[in-house]
Formats: sequence, structure tokens, C-alpha cells
Amino acid sequence: MRTVQAQVITEAVAKLCIDANYYLSEDIFNALTQSKEKEESSLGREILGQLVDNACIARQEAMPICQDTGMAVVFMEIGQDVHIEGGDLKAAVDAGVAKGYKDGYLRKSVVNDPMFVRKNTNDNTPAILHIDIVPGDKIHITIAPKGFGSENMSAVKMLTPSAGVAGLKKFVTDTVSAAGSNPCPPIVVGVGIGGTFEKAAYLAKKALLRPINKRNTDPVYAKLEEELLELVNKTGVGPQGLGGITTALGVNVEYFPTHIAGMPAAININCHATRHAEVTI
Amino acid sequence: MAEQVRITTPLTEAAARSLKAGDSVLITGTIYTGRDAAHKRLIETLDRGEPLPVDFAGQIIYYVGPSPAKPGQPIGSAGPTTSGRMDAYTPKMLDQGLKGMIGKGYRTAEVVEAMKKHGAVYFAATGGAAALIAKSIKKYEIIAYEDLGTEAISKLTVEDFPAIVVIDSEGRNYYEEGQKPYRRL
Repeated sequence: MRTVQAQVITEAVAKLCIDANYYLSEDIFNALTQSKEKEESSLGREILGQLVDNACIARQEAMPICQDTGMAVVFMEIGQDVHIEGGDLKAAVDAGVAKGYKDGYLRKSVVNDPMFVRKNTNDNTPAILHIDIVPGDKIHITIAPKGFGSENMSAVKMLTPSAGVAGLKKFVTDTVSAAGSNPCPPIVVGVGIGGTFEKAAYLAKKALLRPINKRNTDPVYAKLEEELLELVNKTGVGPQGLGGITTALGVNVEYFPTHIAGMPAAININCHATRHAEVTI
Repeated sequence: MAEQVRITTPLTEAAARSLKAGDSVLITGTIYTGRDAAHKRLIETLDRGEPLPVDFAGQIIYYVGPSPAKPGQPIGSAGPTTSGRMDAYTPKMLDQGLKGMIGKGYRTAEVVEAMKKHGAVYFAATGGAAALIAKSIKKYEIIAYEDLGTEAISKLTVEDFPAIVVIDSEGRNYYEEGQKPYRRL
């Protein structure tokens, strides 16, 4: 049994919140650079150039890539041979989010009540925390700050088995087309298929954590990812919705076994500033 | 890329009407910030028959909630938020003489009709280019609803703020025009 202090988790979370918001990951940066070369629309190329420059400015000046520094979505894989000492785990994570958002001059975008009061909590807590218990004695933390321009364009649909691949493809292209310019394209699309209503949404979110240059390990799903990307880039939406062939930088699909009567599907859209940072403790 | 048109604020109706969908602009002068909570409050004020804290005649509103400024900086990152959430309030703001809006994303037919009526223009700034856009903002001064934090109404002094005319005062929509040639499904 290995012991980890809650304070160590707090410090790690704080640093990850800042790093994720300042430093665009290499896979996304490279995809923006490459798409700028390929884009047919001159206005589209101009916009992609701005996004590359923006990522460079944010990195050099240690400031947020986007002012919507998101709601902090935290994925933790906790080894079953780890004992957390010195505080409550959820409180330790929230303390880390509060510290990171304060120290990093990140925007506090969380309200205490979704419908009636909507008062800002002023420290970007609570985080959305997903915990997975895994073998071993390590803790792996991934933080994915999620902006809501793109979150608001996401969708879940309880497709039936007869919908098949064609039904899923239509769901993806319809959702991306309807979202248009709102989610700050070029987007990254996370697709979750299978499980139950909430599992599909969780898988779609998790799909966004995978680098966009890494395909699903299952060749059938890897091929589906490629086909979906090609289709999405035929919608015409283009950079910022002003037209072009670069609507998405990547499509990642995750799947899970499901019920004989169903094929739940979720689409989690992310903007070009798809941010995540991770650490192993 | 079309040539960039330099504009200064405030905007006269004639100046707003001269801008065409697809024009790339650089804005210099004063612009005001306001988003969801501020708009809600402004419209509630109008509905009560009370005066607004700012005279919006000829002005431009930028839909933005900036991240906090680091010491020595006028503002943090400051890219546009999705404009559609302001649609319900916009016609009444245009009645107040507002001549321009900067945001991102689509607007409703009601908003476009009100723009045509009043001679107003809708600009898009590049969503998520928030560090780059912040470079063109020289001064940030909160002038109303300070309790709303990032959503407070503020006055920005901007120099060569980059934007694109996406819907002009004739209702021409560059989102529609721009996408059409690339739709290949």
C-alpha cells in the first residue's frame, strides 16, 4: 500500500489547470499548422494563421489560449493500492482547481445553481470529477478545461440498432452542420457509442482526451474515425464557420458494449483550443 | 483575403451601412463589453422605463467575458463569446441606437431584421484567438454592473481590433455565402 498526501494532489491539479490553459498540445498545434497549408479558402487560411499565432502568443506570454478557461473536468485513475492521506479527495481536487484558477489568472466561469440563482462561485469550483479505480499504486490525473461555446453544441441521441453506421454518420454531420460557427471551428469531435445514456456521453468526453493523431486501436473504429473526419470536412462549415474544408481537426470514437435493444450515441464537440494536461503521481 | 477596412468608433449609420458582408475590418476607438447577465439587466432596466447606464447610440458592443488581467496588463485573454445567447435582447438594444456588435456565430432572423431597419452591422472576431485579440486592447475600464465580474459592462480602448463583417445592414450573411462553395455532402 502506497500513501499519497491529499496536498500533493491539490498541487498537481493546480499546475495542470494552468498548463492546460496556457499551452496548446502539440497534436492540435501541428494539425492547425498543417490545415493552414491545405485549406482552400483564403479567409480560412487567414483564420488558421491567427489561431497558430494565438497559440504561440499564449505560450510565450503564459496567458490563456482562450478567455473561456472552462469548467475543470478532471479524470482520475487511482490505483487500488494507493491510500490517500491528509484530507478528502474531492476537496483536495477542488482546492487544486481553486488555486490553479486564482494563481493562473484564469476565468472563473462556474455558477452555484444552474437555473435560479446562477451566482458565480468565484473560484471555478466544483470541478467535474470522474474517478476510475485501476490496478497498481499510481494516480493518473488528466485535466480537460471545457469551454461552453462548444459544450452547448454537443448532443446525445438514443439511436436504435437499425440506425447502423449510416445513422451514426448522419447524426454526426447533422450535429456539426447545425453547430456551424458557434463552437469555434475547426473543432475536435468526440464520439461515444454504446453503453447506456450516460455512459455514451462519458465516452464522448473521454474520446476528446486522446491525441487527434492517434487512431482507435480497433481497426474498424479507426476506419470509422477517418470516414467521419472526411464527412465532417465536407459540411463546408470551415474555420470559424466562414467556409472551407477545415471544419474539424480530428474525430475520436470510443465505444462500449450495449443492450440488445440499443445503440446510444453521444457527440461532444470541442473547439480548436482542445486543452488537456496530465500527470502521474 | 480582401483589403482591410479601417473604422473608428462611434459609428454613424452611414458608416455602418457602408460596410459589406465579407469585409475585413480593423476597429479603433472605444467599444463596450456586455454579455448574458449584462444584457438581461439592461433590458430589465428598459422594461422598467429607466435610463441605461451607458448611451449606446452609435456604439459597438463586444460580446466578451475576459480572463483576469495579470499585473501590468490592461486585460487578460479576450476572445468573443457565442452571440446567439444575446439574440433575445438585441432588437431592443438596436432600438437604443446600437450600431455594431462583435461576437461569433449565427443570429436569428429577428436580429437581422432589426439590423436592416436601424442600419447596424454584425462583426465576427476569431473565436478562441483570445491572446492575439488582447494585443489590440489597450485599456479596460469597468463602467457598470461591477458585481457581475467578468460579465460587467466595460469600456475598451482598442487599436486595430481585427474583425470580419459577417452580417451587414442589408442582411447579407457571410456565413451562408462563405460555406456554400465548400458544401460537398
